[in-house]
Amino acid sequence: MRIYLDHNATTPVRDEVAAAVARALRDVPGNPSSAHAEGAAARAELERARERVASLVGASAAEIVFTSGATEANNLALHGVVRAAASATPHVVTSAAEHPSVEEPLAALEATGVRVTRVAVGADGRVDPDAVARAIGPDTALVSILWANNETGVIQPMREIAAVAAARGVPLHVDATQALGKVAVRLEEVPAQLLSASAHKLNGPKGIGCLVVRGGTALAPWLRGGAQERGRRGGTPNVAGAVGFGVACALADRELAARAARMAALRDRLWTGIEAKVPRVRRNGAAQHLLPNTACIEFVGAAGDVLLEALDLEGVAVSAGAACASGSVHPSRTLLAMGRTPEQARASLRFSLGLGNDEAQVDRVLALLPDLVARVRGSAAP
Amino acid sequence: MSERVVVAMSGGVDSSVAAALLVEAGCEVIGVTLRLAGDASRCCSLDDAEDARRVAERLGIRFYVADYAAAFRREVMEPWADAYLAGRTPIPCVACNQRFKFRHLLERARALGAGVVATGHYARVERDATSGALRLRRGADAAKDQSYFLFDLGPEQLARIRFPVGALRKDEVRARARALGLATAEKPESQEICFVPGGDHAAVVEALRPGAAPGAGDVVDESGRVVGRHGGIHRLTVGQRRGLGIALGERVFVKSIDAAANRVTVAPAASLGARGARLSAVSWVAGRPPDGALRARVRVRHRHAGAEATVEPAAGGGARIAFDEAVTAVTPGQAAVFYDGDDVLGGGWIDEALA
Repeated sequence: MRIYLDHNATTPVRDEVAAAVARALRDVPGNPSSAHAEGAAARAELERARERVASLVGASAAEIVFTSGATEANNLALHGVVRAAASATPHVVTSAAEHPSVEEPLAALEATGVRVTRVAVGADGRVDPDAVARAIGPDTALVSILWANNETGVIQPMREIAAVAAARGVPLHVDATQALGKVAVRLEEVPAQLLSASAHKLNGPKGIGCLVVRGGTALAPWLRGGAQERGRRGGTPNVAGAVGFGVACALADRELAARAARMAALRDRLWTGIEAKVPRVRRNGAAQHLLPNTACIEFVGAAGDVLLEALDLEGVAVSAGAACASGSVHPSRTLLAMGRTPEQARASLRFSLGLGNDEAQVDRVLALLPDLVARVRGSAAP
Repeated sequence: MSERVVVAMSGGVDSSVAAALLVEAGCEVIGVTLRLAGDASRCCSLDDAEDARRVAERLGIRFYVADYAAAFRREVMEPWADAYLAGRTPIPCVACNQRFKFRHLLERARALGAGVVATGHYARVERDATSGALRLRRGADAAKDQSYFLFDLGPEQLARIRFPVGALRKDEVRARARALGLATAEKPESQEICFVPGGDHAAVVEALRPGAAPGAGDVVDESGRVVGRHGGIHRLTVGQRRGLGIALGERVFVKSIDAAANRVTVAPAASLGARGARLSAVSWVAGRPPDGALRARVRVRHRHAGAEATVEPAAGGGARIAFDEAVTAVTPGQAAVFYDGDDVLGGGWIDEALA
């Protein structure tokens, strides 16, 4: 039996979601833009899904722009706001510990003359709202901050950051991809103008996400080629995906408090056990401000990529604090931004729990880890 | 529990079949592709890693890409460049195998709970029936034999290494790959040094050590008379004839390179022969030097058929070779490997050719 502890990478699809997606694929053949009955039926499904997603975050259905996922949502938010900006030399404030789907579009915009300020994070991974306030200038067109970090699980002081942006009249974009479904993400509490999310992080299907665009936010479309999504995103919508996203959001809405409590208990059992059984470990990130499911742990002196493989061979899936698809190891930007050395970043593993994990699985990992860590530490890192 | 084995999968046909043979033998096989040089390099490009991954998927084995690029640069490429800059003609594949590839692979295997590492080299490790000692032997396919590159492996390493294709001929390996439907069955082999695509070693040296390459210098004949100019000693190798830009009426070759004087000596073929060589960092497959001098067939480069010689171990881990007949292009920086028939006895690094 595999033990999957990589839910921040992606989550298994809930049975209810899979059933809804299958039903939509089978029974909803129309294009929601079409005027005929088939189109109307598809549009009704799409709008119901939109309402469900909107309901989870406290937006109105009209404010939901379905996208292919959070990466597209982030690109739409950043390119869209900058292109719609009044200033000829727009400025964006972000943090030094953003996801690549924010950092890389911003770097590309920087190359075209956009100015970007990356506010430092502390050793605990947190952004100082006052630093955001200081970074905002007359040309600032957008503040973009990751609600909860995918690697460390560190949750940013979003209310304070939103207040700072609002006080200066600057729109706020939050990438809530990791936060949604794990903690309360409510726009009445954190009044952001733009919010990115992705279905597959909360037991929905891959290939569907959204950008929430609050009313009155100036946003140029990024994908052109049709008037879909109220002119904000061209292309025939992924109806079945949206249906699945909607069901996943409805489930999260109902189960959020129970899920969070359960995840926190399992995660604390894991961390407490590791701290007790494995020498020389330390947790990355502010302990009081973590997603309930995430533990990013440095196994001092161990090669994280090798430890990941050793765990994988014993049936446990985790993620390294440094990795990319090609197998080339780049130390995590987030951990470096927190002041960790490349060696410390390479020694870090991320355990992210989710539905389906239980105490027996955590205990099995705790039984495996001491020997595996000792073995990996015994061999020098490359 | 079946034996857990880590197979270094380069994305070529030999290591693909090595992995397949171990799967057939009932091992729990873990494929690992070492990412060594940058993406532009031939041997360890992402395409090759993808080829290896496809083979691993086909075989149903676990597969990982391990990033050793920084260590490879530090431990193999830079010492290689420095050797050129010191007037030597280095052979990086030996250093890569022993000091780099097998060392890191064995460490990673241990960390993954695997006692054994396998590669696609054409060589054989056998246990002597009488003494029980491990023997390193030439691959069964004489044309593909790679034992020259492996002489530096000691008994502790050999005990944990398998060469599954070493007993096969190359055509047999390809046939096995075809029969298994492996994507790499018809893949051409790489002949050149993996981080020197196109064979322009001087450009790679200059890129690795910017500004360190020596400038032009004199080319002299054996009497010391200046007969031309060279464009930097790192561009030349001992035994080289082409590209010298010198017309002396007879064909001349690079006989020696004096890095300190930035001077290259050329000589006609008849003067290139060496009667012996002084070696350092000599390694013995048995794990220790023999008690006295021994007779062996000595290969002074990979494609060299070998020359009969007496090898005398010297103090400090060195040795001195006396060839029965003069051997051409005995080149500092290359390895001299001692054979008894198909058996590798050991080898060392050529410090100096002896007249």
